[in-house]
Amino acid sequence: MPGLGITFGRGGATTFQQDLQHSDCILIQGSNMAECHPVGFQWVMEAKARGAKVIHVDPRYTRTSAVADLYAPIRVGTDIAFLGGLIHYVLEHERYFRDYVVQYTNAATLIREDFLDTEDLEGLFSGYQPKDNRYDIASWQYQDVAGAVPAAGHKELTDEPGAGGGGHDHRVDVHEEHRDETLQHPRCVFQLLKRHFSRYTPKVVSQVCGVDEALFLQVAQTLCANSNPERTSAFCYAVGWTQHSVGVQYIRTAAILQLLLGNIGRPGGGILALRGHASIQGSTDIPTLYNLLPGYLPMPHAKASTDGLEHYIRNNKSGSGWWSEFPKYAVSLLKAWFGDKATKDNDYLFAHLPRLTGNHSHMQTVADMADGKLQGYFVMGENPAVGSMNGALQRKGLRKLDWLVVRDFTLIETAEFWRTAPEVQSGQVRPEDIQTEVFFFPAAAHTEKDGSFTNTQRLLQWHHKAVEPQGDTRSELHFAYHLGRKLRQLYAGSLDPKDAPLLDLTWDYPTHGPHAEPSAEAVLKEINGYTVADGKPVDGFTALKDDGSTACGCWIYSGCYKDGVNQTARRKPGQEQTWVAPEWGWAWPSNRRILYNRASADVDGKPWSERKRYVWWDAGQKKWTGEDVPDFIADRPPEYRPPEGATGLDTLAGNDPFLLQADGKGWLFAPSGLMDGPLPTHYEPMESVVPNPLYAQQCSPTREEWRRKDNPYHRAWGDPRYPYLVTTYRLTEHHTAGGMSRWLSWLSELQPEMFCEISPELAREKGLANGDWCTIATARGDLECRALVTERIRPLRVKGRQVHQIGLPYHWGVTGRVRGEGANELTAFVADQNVDIQESKVFTADLRAGRMRSGERAAAGAAQPPLTVPEVPRDVTPPGETDHTEAQEPEGKG
Amino acid sequence: MKFRDLLKGWPVLRQLTRGDGRALGDTAMTARSRSLEPRTKSADAVVKSICPYCAVGCGQEVHVRDGRILDIEGDPHSPISRGRLCPKGAATFQLVTGTQRVQQVLYRRPGGTEWEPIPLEEAMDKVAERVKRTRDATFQQRDAQGHPVNRTLGLAHLGGATLDNEENYLLKKLFSALGVVQVENQARI
Repeated sequence: MPGLGITFGRGGATTFQQDLQHSDCILIQGSNMAECHPVGFQWVMEAKARGAKVIHVDPRYTRTSAVADLYAPIRVGTDIAFLGGLIHYVLEHERYFRDYVVQYTNAATLIREDFLDTEDLEGLFSGYQPKDNRYDIASWQYQDVAGAVPAAGHKELTDEPGAGGGGHDHRVDVHEEHRDETLQHPRCVFQLLKRHFSRYTPKVVSQVCGVDEALFLQVAQTLCANSNPERTSAFCYAVGWTQHSVGVQYIRTAAILQLLLGNIGRPGGGILALRGHASIQGSTDIPTLYNLLPGYLPMPHAKASTDGLEHYIRNNKSGSGWWSEFPKYAVSLLKAWFGDKATKDNDYLFAHLPRLTGNHSHMQTVADMADGKLQGYFVMGENPAVGSMNGALQRKGLRKLDWLVVRDFTLIETAEFWRTAPEVQSGQVRPEDIQTEVFFFPAAAHTEKDGSFTNTQRLLQWHHKAVEPQGDTRSELHFAYHLGRKLRQLYAGSLDPKDAPLLDLTWDYPTHGPHAEPSAEAVLKEINGYTVADGKPVDGFTALKDDGSTACGCWIYSGCYKDGVNQTARRKPGQEQTWVAPEWGWAWPSNRRILYNRASADVDGKPWSERKRYVWWDAGQKKWTGEDVPDFIADRPPEYRPPEGATGLDTLAGNDPFLLQADGKGWLFAPSGLMDGPLPTHYEPMESVVPNPLYAQQCSPTREEWRRKDNPYHRAWGDPRYPYLVTTYRLTEHHTAGGMSRWLSWLSELQPEMFCEISPELAREKGLANGDWCTIATARGDLECRALVTERIRPLRVKGRQVHQIGLPYHWGVTGRVRGEGANELTAFVADQNVDIQESKVFTADLRAGRMRSGERAAAGAAQPPLTVPEVPRDVTPPGETDHTEAQEPEGKG
Repeated sequence: MKFRDLLKGWPVLRQLTRGDGRALGDTAMTARSRSLEPRTKSADAVVKSICPYCAVGCGQEVHVRDGRILDIEGDPHSPISRGRLCPKGAATFQLVTGTQRVQQVLYRRPGGTEWEPIPLEEAMDKVAERVKRTRDATFQQRDAQGHPVNRTLGLAHLGGATLDNEENYLLKKLFSALGVVQVENQARI
């Protein structure tokens, strides 16, 4: 979650679900919380019962809207315009929390003179390099700070050219003369922000989003009225915000707004990211992701780590702020992985780690797979044949493999692609021609193994094994451990340097029981970290060292096994604790439940108000105290200011609540860490129905495209073949791509069939009645489903024209107890370059009455209907550039 | 049975004499229904767990008897969920005990049209051999510019958001040691 990470320092929800009860206003956008996180939603209802205002902004009217005080329907893909409009309102009407903004954000900081805004460049920022669709971020930097200001929350990008790389180990020293605490200097962040959002007036918001102007103003007024020293507002979002070609900037816009309103780090405030899998936060913290190592340490890049560990550290360490501790975490990780073999003399075997050379994300991997570049693939607990973009292209990739391993509860579509895929059923592809060997391993359930999940609020909760797994079912822990063991046997005795990392790996976990199940607690202890000499668990990351005397598998989780006790298994009943419930499970970091909670006190360390007291400075005891573990250096007084020449943690002042930021401040303006601009900007999605009403630049200039015959795109806007907007979503009774729900009779009975939601107006145009069959098509593929005609979806007026939107749940696939056609048969590979997340929440399509499905797929060779109108550009030519058009359409832009 | 006892056993009379006109109290009970109790009462263990569906993280209690799961219910002690479960969470019992679960390792040979069961150990050995074969055939010591890369792009991994932290940790550790960099999960989905 770099949107949060870049702005605040850590890529995780800033608050916890129970804290929502203390909100005075909750704005839910990009989420249908009542239906997708129903049990978490009880805390929204608690707040409402206490008088809080609930606002829902969403293209569809849902159960969340039904209980909201205000519901604002908007066009899909326009949330930055809506939120940008709120920022404009806050600045224009001086509703920002001035003391908070001046003290705790970078509002007062001056930016370099050569910075140019989208206001100056038709929707681009200074530094745009059209040849490779990247920005040179030099001009976005703080004035007179040498090199790039290191970003805290998205460090893996800092090795990438254009995002802050270059190996600066400097202290960010923002001198007095480069701050203007009156916020008047034309180049201070505050004034730049004001200018950047000057276009986002209520009228423009109304035109872009299709929302009623008065309704928009009501949202703005409600939010502002509930954000001040006495009151706090919270934001909740989910993948409705993230799955866009500008997804990271959606979150950034909300983060900026919450900083301006002074709502971060305070009870009832914050931004709650609502995540959809039991441990999706955990799988980012301990990443099964290509660009990260555990604890958000970046995977080394070939170009940036040729000089070994020292170079890697120089590139990623910050001279100031908490990331000055980077070497301790990197060395401790290497010690955890390579044990006694890792010594100071051999660079702790840093050279053993594989190197990145570019984008190795899911979509790029599948594109390579479809081109025959891969041989083997492991898929565990995921169903890409249904859940990933352009399902037919996913399956084309699987057909080109030598071998595939699928681990799941049942035979999901990804395991059976060779016999049940739509293109096999239609006869376009024959199983006999598919040479992929497939291994299906049945997985153990959470009730059959010990382990921890990290939930949406960074809380690690242990689940205990209740029964033994039956038959061949085994945990992934068992699979990974024994596969590793077998491979180490196969390679035993090898002197080939390429095999040394595997043979040097610490891989000696104790096993137990009839199946030789590895001990999950032993793994958790390694994750927590220990002192090498005696193997004793460390108390937390402050005990880690960079001299090889400590080992730690994931520094942000350090403390989860404190005192040799599995802290994640703590279950003191909620009724017997304070509302914060600090003894239930364990939250990273250091069991803190609200992040940046030093900001709940004013600059002197006193609560902003009695009503919103949470963490404060106890002058008598000379330490921070309160309801939660203070997210601050415990004994650093509020009046502390770093002395001249301070380094490391000493650079953090008593008024720097955002500890991981190099300057300790919340970033309204992001000088580094983002690929697509220091401030959020409204760009239209890859496929839209209108030209960008705000700028000449139509789409995000840095979006990732995969221009291939098996992944065709529609016209940028106004494609006569595909006139409607589509958005995808989830239902309460099903789970993601269906592997854990479509095979269950209880859930299948509740939601038995794929459908689309359309408005009565669109139904009339198409001659459709409720329950009729209809066909939805894109250049990628088509599907049939029943039409659910409902006023929950309203046609919107956008720039004087009527825009129709179609809602599609995406759970169904061709196998399972209930079957249907997957929404991802329609989607394309398009992504946000910051995080390689796909744009599945908005695309264009055609809708026809009746069962008109061709069953053809572009990825299986189907031809497209010709475009009868001229193409329109997605990009503008920046001033002074002449070769832009040529550079714009290279193969493999992604 | 005497008429008097029969009359006493007549629910309508009980309802009338005890003022339970709507028969919602114990007057509607029989000797059999009086002896019924929740099947969770017979559990010999209640194991604390967490719902495996979304990331709210609701507490679950797994009721077990004789090594089998009797029922899964919401954990009233959880400060997050306070005993509640949504339709998916409430269906966890069927998720983990239902007949949809495959219990056997299955193999599909190249060009095959059917699944074939194979022993777990043999399947593990075959997978290990294939990883080695692919890795050895595709390993890159250096990239085109001559920088050390120490990796293979010949194999990849997908999935993690439904797994435990400890599982993701071992997977990332093992794949990194093998030089596999194309490791991804649902966090981008």
